[in-house]
Amino acid sequence: MQEPAAAPAADLGVVLEATDIVKRFGEREALKRVSLSAHRGELVAIIGPNGAGKTTLLSILAGVQRPDGGRVSRSPEEVGWVPQQAALYNKLTVAENLRLFARLERCPDVQATVERMLQQTGLEERADDPVGELSGGNRQRVNIAIGLLSAPDVLLLDEPSAALDPRQRERLWEFIGALAAEGTTVVYSTHNVQEAERYAGQVVVLADGELLYTGSPRELEGIVGATDLDFEAAFVAFLRQRGH
Amino acid sequence: MRWLFLKDLQILRRSPLLVALLILYPIIIATLIGFAISRGPSKPRMAFLTEVPAAASKLDLGGQSIDVSQYADEIFSRIEPVRVSSEKEALDKVRSGDVLGALIIPPDITQKLETGLESATVKVFFNSEDPVKYRFVQDTIKSEVQDANAALTKQLTKVALGYLDLISKGGDVSLFGSHFNVLGLEKAEAIVRAAQASLPANAPQREQLAQVANFAKLARDNLKLSGGVLQSVGTPIKVQQTIVKGGHTPLDSFAVAIAVTVSLMFVTLLLASGVLALEREENAFLRLVRGLVSRTGLLVEKVGLAAVCAMGVSLVMLAGIALFVSLEWGRFPLWLLGLGFGALAFGAMGVAIGGVTREVRAASLLAFMVSLPIAFLALVPSGSVSEGLYDVIRVISALFPFKPTLEAMNSALNRSGGIVGPLVHLAILTLAFGVIARLSLRRFA
Repeated sequence: MQEPAAAPAADLGVVLEATDIVKRFGEREALKRVSLSAHRGELVAIIGPNGAGKTTLLSILAGVQRPDGGRVSRSPEEVGWVPQQAALYNKLTVAENLRLFARLERCPDVQATVERMLQQTGLEERADDPVGELSGGNRQRVNIAIGLLSAPDVLLLDEPSAALDPRQRERLWEFIGALAAEGTTVVYSTHNVQEAERYAGQVVVLADGELLYTGSPRELEGIVGATDLDFEAAFVAFLRQRGH
Repeated sequence: MRWLFLKDLQILRRSPLLVALLILYPIIIATLIGFAISRGPSKPRMAFLTEVPAAASKLDLGGQSIDVSQYADEIFSRIEPVRVSSEKEALDKVRSGDVLGALIIPPDITQKLETGLESATVKVFFNSEDPVKYRFVQDTIKSEVQDANAALTKQLTKVALGYLDLISKGGDVSLFGSHFNVLGLEKAEAIVRAAQASLPANAPQREQLAQVANFAKLARDNLKLSGGVLQSVGTPIKVQQTIVKGGHTPLDSFAVAIAVTVSLMFVTLLLASGVLALEREENAFLRLVRGLVSRTGLLVEKVGLAAVCAMGVSLVMLAGIALFVSLEWGRFPLWLLGLGFGALAFGAMGVAIGGVTREVRAASLLAFMVSLPIAFLALVPSGSVSEGLYDVIRVISALFPFKPTLEAMNSALNRSGGIVGPLVHLAILTLAFGVIARLSLRRFA
């Protein structure tokens, strides 16, 4: 069970705090006392090699999985969650998907919420198109829009740009950037370290379930001590230094 | 939950091919099963040759004329006769496979039957290419010959009884074209007693005549008893039928109950398993159960959707069947009860299948693989297999909703047995499969 929010977090402007999260799958320890905190309007990237525990950590923050230890400051209802694969009904239109989830979220004014999300995602003209006929980028926008229906303070995105082409990716990050600018805290996992460098204010590095680093991308480059390396090379060098 | 229900209906509405298959397939299967059960095998083609001259087709037994061709007509109602002109032609047709068998009535059959000195014989040739039809032909011919034997025995008994009556009471008789008057034991006794009375009291002939009169009386009394003996010989075994389990359900009406149950099973199982597995395939399951709807609520919605749709299809099917078979609409509330409880049990089984398989295709395949054998096992009649095997079949059938649903629908439609027992059984199965489904959702995502 996730425990209620720790009172001091809000005082410090921290909108999401996870403390000493432990997750085991049988004998394997997928997360080893991982902690992180995110402030209002901050973009936090969780990066790491495959199998590092990025998706598991996000799932625990979202309340989809229960941790074996530690606590999360917010209950699942208080955060928006966008899974890696679009969780949408292909036979329904964009508007119908939004309307369904708005009703399930018990939004006070369903129609106004749907219109707001259509406008926010720029999908007003595609409102009556079945989701199954949309491009990957537009599907991901609808996927994110559903995560935002309840206007959460924190949005969790699992590999949001995976399977998108560069143009779609660019538009997606513009959209996410706009959300953060409006005060939404966005925590996202990505295997593309350049996306962490470009967009995140804070980077959380995981490897084999272990928290290796929390801080800005620039500081990570400084730790490695090689200023002539790009961020990806610095990240790889950092992992090597830490034995991964 | 109602929004999810409406969403699923909306998705179904936008999948016309799926819906058409979901409705048509079970109806076609159900109709075929109904036909197969309510109709016997098709009439086998048989070559037929009667060598009896038309003029000799009637035989005279004790003054009563019997037309042997009427027995042939009865056989024709069970076979498709192919008339041939010779025994050779009949055999050729059997050998070539054109017919399954040949029935040949020899020319002397009426004569043999009339004299009763020798058994009359009919010839039957078989083609055993198709063991099922071979068995059917053999049974049909055997059954008809037994019927003919029984009818002739009855007629011969009647004739014999007439002769006994003649011996007892006397009267006129025609035999081989000649007319006779038989005195009879009764009159003979009267004459003897009259003669005895006319003799002097001490005449020695009185005692002798008394012995003759007593013999005549004793013979008459015993002949009265022999009538019953002869009749019991004509029908040595009588059948007294008592139904100890089940009702008097005509085959057609039972086929209706089977057809509806099969239809209900397919629609509910496929729909419930499919719509649950679809939530996972669309990746929506985790999003839904993350506070929007409980896992149990999701199962209830899927079972409810499948049950409502399947009941609709089944009721439409019943209305269609009612055009051809007489159904008691006054028992409509019981139909709803049977369909409702059955649909819920099948729905719970469906979501258990969907929860375990986690994919729509795998769920549909498993639903088919499980449901067909269960339906067929439930239709195995007692006595057709060994006692031990039947016990195993009963246990397996009791674990799934087909048999109790069939019993409930047979009761609701045909007044066969009680309905409460099957409904309680279905309620227990609904709970049991519901628990399995709920447990399967732990590893569903």
